[in-house]
Amino acid sequence: MTISYTSERAWWKEPLERTELLWIVIALVWCLIMFFMMPYWHIYGQQNLANEAYRAKPEDFARKTEEMIAKHKVREEGGDLKIPVVRPPAGSDVYLIAQLWRWYPMLELESGKSYRIHLMSMDWLHGFSLQPENINIQVHPGYEHVVTVTPTSPGTYAIICNEYCGINHHTMASRLYVVK
Amino acid sequence: MAVNRMFRTCPASGLVFHEPAEKLMRWNAVAAVVSLLIGGLLAIGVVLTRWQAVHLLPPDMFYQFLTAHGINMLIFWVIFFEIAVLYFAGSTLLKARLATPRIAWAAFWLMILGALINNYSVFRGDSSVMFTSYAPMGAHPTFYLGLILFAVGALVACFVFFGTLVVARAERTYRNSVPLVTFGAITAAIIAVFTIAAGAIILIPTFLWSVGLVSYIDSLMYKTVWWAFGHSSQQINVAAHVSVWYAIAAIVFGAKPMSEKVSRTAFLLYILFLQLASAHHLLTDPGLTSNWKIFNTSYAMYLAVLASMVHGLTVPGAIEVAQRKKGYTQGLFEWLRKAPWGNPVFSAMFISLIGFGFLGGISGVMMGTEQLNLIIHNTIYVPGHFHATVVVGTTLAFMGLTYFLIPVLFRRELAFPTLAKYQPYVFGLGMSAVSLFLMGAGTLGVPRRHWDIGFAGIPFPHEFPGAAWLMMALAGITGLVAIVGGGMYLLITVWSVFLGKRITTPGFQHVRARDGVAAPAPAHAAAGQPVGVAITGHGSAGMIAPGTFVLAMVFLVSFVLYYFINWKYLATVWPLK
Repeated sequence: MTISYTSERAWWKEPLERTELLWIVIALVWCLIMFFMMPYWHIYGQQNLANEAYRAKPEDFARKTEEMIAKHKVREEGGDLKIPVVRPPAGSDVYLIAQLWRWYPMLELESGKSYRIHLMSMDWLHGFSLQPENINIQVHPGYEHVVTVTPTSPGTYAIICNEYCGINHHTMASRLYVVK
Repeated sequence: MAVNRMFRTCPASGLVFHEPAEKLMRWNAVAAVVSLLIGGLLAIGVVLTRWQAVHLLPPDMFYQFLTAHGINMLIFWVIFFEIAVLYFAGSTLLKARLATPRIAWAAFWLMILGALINNYSVFRGDSSVMFTSYAPMGAHPTFYLGLILFAVGALVACFVFFGTLVVARAERTYRNSVPLVTFGAITAAIIAVFTIAAGAIILIPTFLWSVGLVSYIDSLMYKTVWWAFGHSSQQINVAAHVSVWYAIAAIVFGAKPMSEKVSRTAFLLYILFLQLASAHHLLTDPGLTSNWKIFNTSYAMYLAVLASMVHGLTVPGAIEVAQRKKGYTQGLFEWLRKAPWGNPVFSAMFISLIGFGFLGGISGVMMGTEQLNLIIHNTIYVPGHFHATVVVGTTLAFMGLTYFLIPVLFRRELAFPTLAKYQPYVFGLGMSAVSLFLMGAGTLGVPRRHWDIGFAGIPFPHEFPGAAWLMMALAGITGLVAIVGGGMYLLITVWSVFLGKRITTPGFQHVRARDGVAAPAPAHAAAGQPVGVAITGHGSAGMIAPGTFVLAMVFLVSFVLYYFINWKYLATVWPLK
C-alpha cells in the first residue's frame, strides 16, 4: 500500500503518484487550450477589440463630434433635451461622447454595415454597455478608442453606463437605432 | 528589554502558543469580526436596494453603503483575519516566539487607525467612490490616507511574520522544512508585499492629487496600477484560504497532503503568476495591446489556474486518503458520505472548496478571457463571480477556522453548537445562490453598481427582460439568507468569545521556554495531541483517492462545457474589430 506515511523521507524526494501526475497533465493541457483560444479567436473569430486607440484632448474630440453632427444630423429626440440623432454613412468615423451623465449624440446605423465608432469620455470613467446585445467596453477620459462594429439586426438598442460615475450614474442611458 | 518567552500548550490540540502572539491573534481576529459586522450591516442596505421590488435606499446612500461594504469586507475583514492567520502559521505552527511583538502591536493600531479614517471619510458622504475609487473621480483625502495607513500597518505585520520565520530558524524550533500550512502562509505574505507595494505606488500619488499637490492622474495608469493592488489582494486571500483548507484537512482528519512536493510547487506558481491576473480588469480598455492582455490575463498560460486545479484535487484527495485509512473504503464516496458533516469546521471548509472551484473558479477564468470579457465586463456577473471566490471561498474558510480557534485560541466553549452546525450551510448555500443569480442577471446585461435598472424618470430608459428582474429578486432573497448566515456566525463567535464558558485545565501553567523552544517539540504522534502533529508534520500520504479523481473529472467537464458555451454565445453578438 502506498498509504503508508513516509515522513522519515525528505518530502522533496517522495515519488509522485501516477494519478496525481495524470491530473496535473490534464489540467495543464486544458490551460494551454484556454490560452490558445484567445489568439485563435483573433484569427478566426468575429468579436475582437482592435488595438486602435489614441491619446486625445476632450475639446478636440468634442469638435470632431460636433462636425459629424452638423453633417449627418437627421432629427432631434428627447423633447427639450434636443439630443441630435445622427445617421453617418456606412464605413465612416462615428464619434460618441460619454460624459456626466449622458451619451452624445444618438446614433442611427444601418444593419449589416460597418462603422468605426470612436469612444471617449469627457470627464470620468464610463462604461459603454450596449443592450440587449450585451457588448461592454470601458470608456476612459483622454483615450480615444476606435471600435469597428457591424450591427446585425435592425431594432432599437440601449446604451447604458455600467461603470459607476457618481450620483446620477443610473440615469446615464441612451439609444442606438439600427435600421435596414 | 527582556524577550517574552512564555508559551502555552493547548491541552486539546497540542498546539503551542507564544503569549504575545496569542494576544495579537485574538485582537486581529476580533477586529476582523467587527469589520465583518459593519460590512454585513451595510450588505442589508445593498441587497434590499438592488432587489427592485423593495428598493430601500435613496441613490446617494446606496452608493455610499456599497463603497463602505466593499472596503470593509474586501480589505478590513479579510486582511485583519489574514494577519491573525500569519501569526498562527509563523509562531504557533513553528513553535516559535513572535518576533518584535511591540512592532506587531504598532502595526495593529495603525491598521485600526487606517480603517477608522477610511470609514470616516465614506460616512462623511463625499467619498462614495466605490472600492475601486477610479481617478479622476475623487474622494476626500482621508479616504486615501486611511487606506495608506492600513496598508502600511499590514505591510509591517507581514514583516513581523517574516521576522518570526527568521527567529524560528535561528532558534531551531522546527526540523527540516516549515509545515505546508506555514509554506502557504509565506506565499500569502510574499504576495501581500508586492500587492501593498502596488497600492502605495498608486494611492500615495492619488492622495497627493486629492490635496492638490499633484495636478493630474491618468485614468488608465490609475486603473492599471490600482488593479495590481486590488486584484492581487484577492490573491492573498486565495493563498491564505487554500492554506486554511490544508490546515482544516489536517485538523479534522489528520490528513497529510497527497504529495508535499506538488502542493508546495502549486503555491510557488501562485507567487510567480497570480500578479499578472490583475490585467483581466483591463480587457475592454483602450491603449493596451492584445498581446499584453493575452499574456497577462492568462497568468502566462494559466499557470496560476493550474495551481488552483492542483489544490482542488489535493485537498479533498488528502481527506479521502485519510478517511480510507480509517476504514471508509466502500465504493467511491463512502469517505465523503461518512465525513463529519455536522462539524462546522469541516462543512465550512468543504462548501468553501466546492463553491470556490465550481462557481468562482470557472466563472473567473471565463470572464478573464480576453474576448469573452466583452459580454460580461462591468455587468453584475462580476460581483456574482467574486462573491463565490471571496465570500464562499475565503470568508467561509475563515469561518470554519474560527470554529476551531474559539476553543483553542480563545479557550472558550463554542456557544450555540446546534446553530453552529447549520451556519456553514445557511451562509454557504445562500451565498452560492446569490452568486448564481447575479451571474444569471449579468449574462442578461444587468450592470453592477447601479441604483435603478428600472431607469425610472429618465428620457431613454432601457427595459431589461423579466428574467433579469426575477434573477435580481432571487439574488435579493438569497442574499438575505446569506446575511442571516453571517449573523449566525457573528452571534456564535461574539457570544463565545465574550460570554462563552471558559475552558480551564486543572494545574495548567504557562511554560517558560528556554532558548525560544517551547515544551519539547511533540515529535511523532504524541498521544492525545493529534492536531498539533498533523498540522506541523511533513510527508506525503500517497494517492489512493479514486473518488476525488472522479469529482475532479466532473469539475473538468463542467469547466470545459461552460467555457465553450460562452464562446458560442460570444459568436452570436455583433462583429467587432
